Amino acid sequence: MKKLDPSQHPFAGLQMARSADLLAWGRKYSLWPFNFGLSCCYVELATSLTSKFDLARFGSEIIRSSPREADVMIVAGTVFMKMAPIVRHMWEQMMEPRWVISMGSCANSGGMYDIYSVVQGVDSFMPVDIYVQGCPPSPEAFMRALLLLQESVGVEKRPLSWTVGPQGVVKPERPSMRDIMRDERRLRGDLEPPDTV
Amino acid sequence: MSGFTGLAGYLVLVVVVVGLIVVATHLLGERHRESGTGVPYESGVLPAGTGPLRFPSDFYLIAMFFVIFDVAAVFLFAWAVSVRELGWAGLAAVLVFSLETAVALAYIWKSGAFDWGRARRLAHLKRHGLLP
Repeated sequence: MKKLDPSQHPFAGLQMARSADLLAWGRKYSLWPFNFGLSCCYVELATSLTSKFDLARFGSEIIRSSPREADVMIVAGTVFMKMAPIVRHMWEQMMEPRWVISMGSCANSGGMYDIYSVVQGVDSFMPVDIYVQGCPPSPEAFMRALLLLQESVGVEKRPLSWTVGPQGVVKPERPSMRDIMRDERRLRGDLEPPDTV
Repeated sequence: MSGFTGLAGYLVLVVVVVGLIVVATHLLGERHRESGTGVPYESGVLPAGTGPLRFPSDFYLIAMFFVIFDVAAVFLFAWAVSVRELGWAGLAAVLVFSLETAVALAYIWKSGAFDWGRARRLAHLKRHGLLP
């Protein structure tokens, strides 16, 4: 049986796909974000929804204001100690399947705020699927993360029902993009003067 | 008779299809249970109190009177911007209208509609011998 390969054309092998693969393929292109932002990173997240960047190209333009309907929570901004229980609470209120993108240095690791009031990484109190680097990350960086998440969602194994079959989620390995992109990024040594942009 | 057979078939079809949808959505998908999963969504904070709560119905009265006398003001403004063209006949009509509004105001005042608050309401009822 031919498996659905996310690197190929979206419709490749669709006729022979198993129902689980078909579901994963459907989820992949309809990741609805939770309307939720903490700090300045949310500005960049909101910018990715504008017509210039157009998040609708990836099927993620439908911002949900209820965690019950949202698929992906994007922790965009500094997570303060006061806010952490609330973020965790809202994550608990999201229905499976759910994913988390940690957006920006503050959400990833506390960023430059190594102080008493800031949580040092959102993964200390809930699981994170994708980390976006940047302070703040550009909308392009966020969209790159969304594409990475789509790739991962398209191949992960989930139970079709809570009543039958093996339970538990098998997620694919997520390699460090820092290692993969390292050589390419190091080549970018030349800065262009502003008047050539 | 054949019309009722069609209706009955349609009803059976509705029950079967909706039943299938309800059962399928109950069985399909994943489930998880954490401390916050079943709690109503209140933007991340815990809900305080319950949904059914009692509040005085005076607010409804205030809203209704505002709407009624607001509409009265609309008519007066419409008359005021064309007072010269309408002349004495317009003035007479507006006077009749204002008089009617004043009579209505007097009536609802007399019936205790402006006695807001529990204490004043009780005093009004006692004054008119409406309390047992």
